Amino acid sequence: MNTNANTQASNAHLTTPTRLTGAEILWATLVGEGVTEVFGYPGGAILPVYDALRKFPIRHILVRHEQGAAHMADGYARASGKVGVAIATSGPGATNLVTGIANAMLDSIPMVCITGQVSSKVLGTDAFQEVDITGITLPVTKHNFLVTHPEDIASAVRQAFQIAKSGRPGPVLVDITKDAQQASALFDFAAAKPQPYRPHPMLHVGDSDVAQAAELIRNAKRPVILAGHGVIQSNAMEPLRTLAERAQIPVALTLLGLGAFPASHSLNLGMMGMHGEAWVNHAIQEADLLIACGMRFDDRVIGTAATYATKAKKIHIEVDPAEINKNIKVDIALIGDLTEVLEQLLPRIPGREGSGWLKALDAIKGGCAVRDIKNLPDSGHLYAAHVMHDLWRITGGNAVVATDVGQHQMWEAQYFHHEHPRSLITSGGLGTMGFALPAAIGAKVACPEKEVWVIAGDGGFQMTSPELSTIAQEHLKVNIAIINNGFLGMVRQWQEFFYDRNYESTPMVSPDFVKLAEAHGIPGLTVRSRAEVEAAVNAARSASGAFLLNFMVEKEDSVYPMIPAGSALHEMIRRPGKNPLVERADDE
Amino acid sequence: MLHTFVAYVEDRPGVLTRVASLFRRLNINIISLTVGRSERAGLSRMTVVCDASAEAGNRIRASLFKLENVVDVDDIAQAPAVTRELALIKVAATKHTRSAIFELVEVFRARIVDLTAESLMIEMTGVESKIEGLIQVLNESDSQILEICRSGKMTMRRGHHTSRVLRALGTAAEESDAPAIESAEAALEEGASIEPE
Repeated sequence: MNTNANTQASNAHLTTPTRLTGAEILWATLVGEGVTEVFGYPGGAILPVYDALRKFPIRHILVRHEQGAAHMADGYARASGKVGVAIATSGPGATNLVTGIANAMLDSIPMVCITGQVSSKVLGTDAFQEVDITGITLPVTKHNFLVTHPEDIASAVRQAFQIAKSGRPGPVLVDITKDAQQASALFDFAAAKPQPYRPHPMLHVGDSDVAQAAELIRNAKRPVILAGHGVIQSNAMEPLRTLAERAQIPVALTLLGLGAFPASHSLNLGMMGMHGEAWVNHAIQEADLLIACGMRFDDRVIGTAATYATKAKKIHIEVDPAEINKNIKVDIALIGDLTEVLEQLLPRIPGREGSGWLKALDAIKGGCAVRDIKNLPDSGHLYAAHVMHDLWRITGGNAVVATDVGQHQMWEAQYFHHEHPRSLITSGGLGTMGFALPAAIGAKVACPEKEVWVIAGDGGFQMTSPELSTIAQEHLKVNIAIINNGFLGMVRQWQEFFYDRNYESTPMVSPDFVKLAEAHGIPGLTVRSRAEVEAAVNAARSASGAFLLNFMVEKEDSVYPMIPAGSALHEMIRRPGKNPLVERADDE
Repeated sequence: MLHTFVAYVEDRPGVLTRVASLFRRLNINIISLTVGRSERAGLSRMTVVCDASAEAGNRIRASLFKLENVVDVDDIAQAPAVTRELALIKVAATKHTRSAIFELVEVFRARIVDLTAESLMIEMTGVESKIEGLIQVLNESDSQILEICRSGKMTMRRGHHTSRVLRALGTAAEESDAPAIESAEAALEEGASIEPE
């Protein structure tokens, strides 16, 4: 394996046109695009590519299932901001990528997937392991290519990178026939440079719109900033913070926006939406101005459109024109790169006094704002919230956390406070169970110096648990926390609330996760009480390699508050009775 | 309501699927779709008519632009435009029943393009309502319609809105060998005549 190779020296051969095979052209183009790591799985139709790998300074991480490769490339991209690359063979290899591609599409993650394809001579004949992957992935990619000639590989791949990272980022797939990999062509990296990126023709930030937006902001009595994933993608953390601080506007975050604004900041309200804190959603419903920054008014965030923030004027700053007025009708749309728009807006925003509204919000919060486990009676019984809180406290909030999908994902969002962008890696749009483990592997490969944690439920973890072998083979220091409640917890919660507690097919028997980890050469511990958490987390952190913690938590705990799908944002279900991890009873 | 989009797309395999797939994904029914070569080399021109809510127009246009192979999209909406459809209609007719159909064809300014002992074929170009009218009259007469083939709508804005202007505005793909137009205004003046229908 060629790791840490000096890419500059190895780029030298890119400057002069050379005759190479299609497979070599692919790798050389990837090197030219700055790729140093790829995630993949070989197979018949991609073999020429794998055969040529040893000549190039690229580290290949062998996955155990192609879905893992796509999620790893995705996690790699989320952690680093670079384009992630996944490679698979034709047929089942390619179809196994699809979930991961759709996941990246829904969360706008820059990713390039390379698939092998049967020879162009037999395309369309139902050849062995032939599948129309460009057809299959058409609705879940930003764009895709079928390449049948070696001379087209470099330009297709270079275009793929440009498309993946430009505008609103997203996944791009390049399907390369085996004969195109085998045949030779003249490789000229520079000549394969794509046309300059054409910004979406409907981007529009009108001067008068900016002026109007500024005026709305200046005059607002109860403004709220809604910050989403776009803040991180556009690297707009600083201008966003300037806007919030200068105009004294509180900031509510989407799930994918967590980390875009420091959790400890006094203006940070917290996460909005279905499992957002009560006061955040109340603030949105009471607001007279919403400034939406790089978010798309997802249905998990708005409750219902008709009842959403009816008192508020809405300013939408967004890079994708197709998102404007899609779910929520807005008053002013500033369609462009968030950083650029904020920089245009900021000079028109004078310092502003916001204390009245902020005080009112503090009053709404009441004691509930101190949703701190320290204030809660500790019976010794283990709740998932304990685990999240302790992980946050012990890691100082500095870890990169990859979460799966379900209850633990929401508890993580509620109790692990993210100070920095790219510190939470989670599947928001598609809600893909099995995402956490491979995504964490991708994050660790991208950022080897960072502490990386997987937080997954017992259900989701089993969807991609074979990637434990990948961790072992690649000697990756990834810490794994399984929140084990013996149920598909979030589905069970919906059954409890909306299906008369008919727990159909949600109780789940799992393997002994510690033994499973040990079978992969990864040590582990099972944690059953609150008192054991700290020592266990420290054991995992101080272990030289990967470590698995199996947290046996309360089985029938639910995530509160919760806005039932189709209800208004203020119609939330609150935690009933005297459960030990309540929001306070007087929080009304 | 009915929306009409005119799109310039790259003339290569799979592009039609991408456009059609977009409408499918948005759960919007395409009422008619015509594709053919355009005045620009390598680009096809599509006219897509679909039924969607009034607010959907902007989003459809924005989504079409997001397709890599789509170069230009125009939402014709209520703009002054010429819309035409071509229909071929085969009608059962013997030498005894032909003359009545000839009269109809005359009234509708259509043409007979094929004639056999048992049938004849009518070619008609016009707005949709005119074609519907001929079909209705044929149905109400004793004539039996055997086949109908309709092209779907083709639409072109009246007056100044041409790709040459789009180019001058800088919104179209660059074509270096095309004659340069000084400014958009000049082009607007040049082609601003509006012909009444």
